[in-house]
Amino acid sequence: MSHRNFIWICLLPLVVVTAAFFLLPMAQLLAVGAGGSRGVSAYLAIITEPRYRATLINTVVLAAATTVATLVIATIAGLFLQRHRFPGRAVLIAMLTFPLAFPGVVVGFLIILLAGRQGLIGAITAAVTGEKVVFAYSIFGLFLGYLYFSIPRVILTVMAAVQKLDIGLEEAARSLGASPWAVQRDVVLPALGPAFVASGAIAFATAMGAFGTAFTLATNIDVLPMLIYTEFTLAANFAISAALSIGLGVIAWAILALARSMSGGAVAAAG
Amino acid sequence: MRDRLIFAGQLGFTLLVAAFLVVPVVLSISAGVTVNYFRGIQSGVTLQWVVQVWNLYAGEIGLSFLIAFATLAVTLVVGVPAAYGLHVKGGRLSRVIEEIITLPLAIPGLAIALALLLTYGGFGGFRQSWLFILTGHVIFTMPFMVRSVMAVFASVDIKTLDEGAASLGASPWTRFCNVIVPNAMPGILAGSLMVVTLSLGEFNLTWMLHTPLTKTLPVGLADSYASMRLEVASAYTLIFFIMIVPLLVAMQMVAEKGEKK
Repeated sequence: MSHRNFIWICLLPLVVVTAAFFLLPMAQLLAVGAGGSRGVSAYLAIITEPRYRATLINTVVLAAATTVATLVIATIAGLFLQRHRFPGRAVLIAMLTFPLAFPGVVVGFLIILLAGRQGLIGAITAAVTGEKVVFAYSIFGLFLGYLYFSIPRVILTVMAAVQKLDIGLEEAARSLGASPWAVQRDVVLPALGPAFVASGAIAFATAMGAFGTAFTLATNIDVLPMLIYTEFTLAANFAISAALSIGLGVIAWAILALARSMSGGAVAAAG
Repeated sequence: MRDRLIFAGQLGFTLLVAAFLVVPVVLSISAGVTVNYFRGIQSGVTLQWVVQVWNLYAGEIGLSFLIAFATLAVTLVVGVPAAYGLHVKGGRLSRVIEEIITLPLAIPGLAIALALLLTYGGFGGFRQSWLFILTGHVIFTMPFMVRSVMAVFASVDIKTLDEGAASLGASPWTRFCNVIVPNAMPGILAGSLMVVTLSLGEFNLTWMLHTPLTKTLPVGLADSYASMRLEVASAYTLIFFIMIVPLLVAMQMVAEKGEKK
């Protein structure tokens, strides 16, 4: 057997598996989306139909808010952890990164324990003010869930980027008389730009498509993945749910592709 | 003085963030071993909920392990040779293939699940079996295995080693087994841990693909969150943590070992 043939044999199983269980189903999804009563215009329904459009806007705003909040929190914490050495630092880093592998459903449950009907925040507010604060099942609970999900990932990326910064630049700025705040604003933050773009895109795309957290908190949260799920399982509206999920996939993919071309690194969403 | 204030402020903030991440986990663990969560830990510590979860959901937990290891087997058999092929072949076609297999990382699991349902939902026997969930997990985890192995190939100059072995008369198959795979071991290990961890926790795809007879651990979790008392749901979450944390620690250790090299 020649070397060339061997390479093809190595690639063949992957090509077959991907074609059969990814490309073909995706083509089918595309066809089903266009095969409903609306025809091809089903793909525009996500924008033209007021109900779907409202959900889309809701989802985008929520994902954007998650991204901004995560970036701010992770940058403050990540800069601090990478720039200082103190006892207990390793434990702190471990605490901030171990939720990395928690699935969305588990994150949803943790938010319920924090802010649900039997939650900690409810118990504390009831004891202090006499009124029980419960917000786990609202859009703010979902926001908190996505924050929980994104912070570990983004902190890791920010810490790795800070480690690569040239500390000489900061010293130069300082010796030229820049205040600590000016050094952060004009030297450190711009240098972290690519890391912000890359990790921000992941946080955004993940928050757009995440289903598990919304499903656990559920009831009345109006976001795109929940809409697709209810259209498919409850309304059996296959064409619309296919078209909507294609739309969702295109948005998530486009954000990541854009970020990749801007930051030059490998960018991928996480389930 | 000012520096110390800034330091204290940042430390306080970071501790607050850590508390946000850790406190709910502590709540969940304590709820899972408390007799009555509403009355608090004074009501006593018990393992009855853990036992109850085991009695109720042992099947789900077992199926999750079956699917996780089957996913691992498929991604190893398909992904490792493919990573080698993609690396050695290079060129535009390889890049296109790599792009395509990486797409499931960008496309939400819900969309992939719908696509699989709409294509293969009519094949009753396949739809009803756990193999249907396996296909979803394989598509979702494959890029992690392939890229993890390719990352190693990019750093050890596998082409020279391969050509060296070839010039000594080794057949492609012998070279693959005795040169390529041993050199790719760190990537295979890291990829394997990732695949098993992701498969055990996968929910987005699995919720759509499961049937009443093919429920996995996370599907059971969602089930218990919706219909069981808080203590049982917490005990189930506790079991999940116990399974997933060793995998995370192992992943961390592999990553650190790789950095030191």
